[in-house]
Amino acid sequence: MSDRAVLSVDHVSYAFGKKKALDDVSIEVDRGECTVLLGPNGAGKSTLFSLITRLYDAPAGTIRINDYDVKKKTSRALAGLGVVFQQPTLDLDLSVMQNLRYHAALHGMSRKQIKVRVQEELERQGMFERRFEQVRQLNGGHRRRVEIARALLHEPKLLLLDEPTVGLDVPSRQAIVQHVHDLCSTDHIAVLWATHLIDEVYETDHLIILHQGVVRAAGVVDEIKRQSGATTIAEAFHRFTREGMAA
Amino acid sequence: MRLLHYLRAMRGIVIRELWRFLRQRERFIAALVRPLVWLFVFAAGFRSTLGLAIMPPYETYILYEVYIAPGLVGMIQLFNGMQSSLSMVYDREMGSMRTLLVSPLPRWFLLTCKLLAGTAVSVLQAYTFLLIAGFYGIEAPWEGYLWLLPALIVSGLMLGALGMLLSSFIKQLENFAGVMNFVIFPMFFMSTALYPLWKIKESSEVLYLLAEYNPFSQAVELIRFALYGQFNEYALLYTCGSLVVFLSLAIIGYNPSKGMMKRKGRG
Repeated sequence: MSDRAVLSVDHVSYAFGKKKALDDVSIEVDRGECTVLLGPNGAGKSTLFSLITRLYDAPAGTIRINDYDVKKKTSRALAGLGVVFQQPTLDLDLSVMQNLRYHAALHGMSRKQIKVRVQEELERQGMFERRFEQVRQLNGGHRRRVEIARALLHEPKLLLLDEPTVGLDVPSRQAIVQHVHDLCSTDHIAVLWATHLIDEVYETDHLIILHQGVVRAAGVVDEIKRQSGATTIAEAFHRFTREGMAA
Repeated sequence: MRLLHYLRAMRGIVIRELWRFLRQRERFIAALVRPLVWLFVFAAGFRSTLGLAIMPPYETYILYEVYIAPGLVGMIQLFNGMQSSLSMVYDREMGSMRTLLVSPLPRWFLLTCKLLAGTAVSVLQAYTFLLIAGFYGIEAPWEGYLWLLPALIVSGLMLGALGMLLSSFIKQLENFAGVMNFVIFPMFFMSTALYPLWKIKESSEVLYLLAEYNPFSQAVELIRFALYGQFNEYALLYTCGSLVVFLSLAIIGYNPSKGMMKRKGRG
């Protein structure tokens, strides 16, 4: 694990019964770096996220967040982690504020901290004026913004996003992609962004191509293009995933 | 600081459950209608056919409505425990359970807090039911209502833990109907909620043994005695013992490397 690595996944494998979901996966995400985990549906992205968040246990390999082993020092590891899951996880019956307060309580934040941080994060998302609205009344894009605000409330060093733009319209998608990239450059948060949408990858991003549970390529975008002999990310992605299928 | 974190999380989980409860008024009304129908219709109908002898904690002959009132309080808590487990299965399927499980606190503590939150709701429901029953003429000594509180907390925790244990085994929401048929109804009918043990013994020895060892029976007896200002030591020990067993198994069930959360993962 390098000194700058906030997340380190080391030789992790996982299977559902006989079906291998992840095979000897090793990745690192550094501070201030936006890493895009690119893979088609069923590549193993969500499984990897479930292992990082310890919803499942990784029977082989180790996962460390901020140098804490997720299996051995679970609480300390999870304290530095913010997550936006693929499925919406807000309580629709509660208001935006109540949802955020609940999350803040789980992270042991004081009332004063909650007040300050909720305002900061919701203002950043342009949602502060709507804090007393029931989540059910918000559209998909706004709900996602609230989820991102919630994930950042306790100032994590690592932010995981599992296909957060699925089902959103183009402007909402672009706004979220831009916002998350800004977080890396301004707040120096390490981001691991799982997606199957190639247009969400920036040229400056670190890219990991996952296919059939195996890391096919990893590096900055230019490096990956060079490795595959492609001129675009889309082309490189197709080459790596096609090779995987042939193998 | 760590202790403060735990306390804040506990308060947050309980408050969230109360917020949800207040938002879902239908749930509150439904939880009350069920025992009230039993009280006003079932008990009234059986009043003349079921005669009850004097037995502790009662010091005189009582009406059947008076006898089943503690059983119906238990019924509220039994259904609430199952409702909580249903919502846990739903939350797990819908994803909101993940928010809880990825927070930086031990899983046993999070599940215990969730249990406390569900119990707080069931205590509110139980007292509301007793208030309505009071207007109907079913009253207990005033101090009984105070003694009832700790009894309701223990019985609510035990029945909630049972629901949590079931939720760790139920993978999909659709399977929940089975719980109704195989857990709630047998537990309720094979208990002292509707008829006393000696009466059950008169008709069937097997049924008597099942009712005697049914944890729900002991929870109902704990409630019954507390409501009349009396302490039933055996019922308390049995209920607490059941709570420890159910909660421990539920925690194992939710452990990512041991229970159902393991999801058959292999390296």
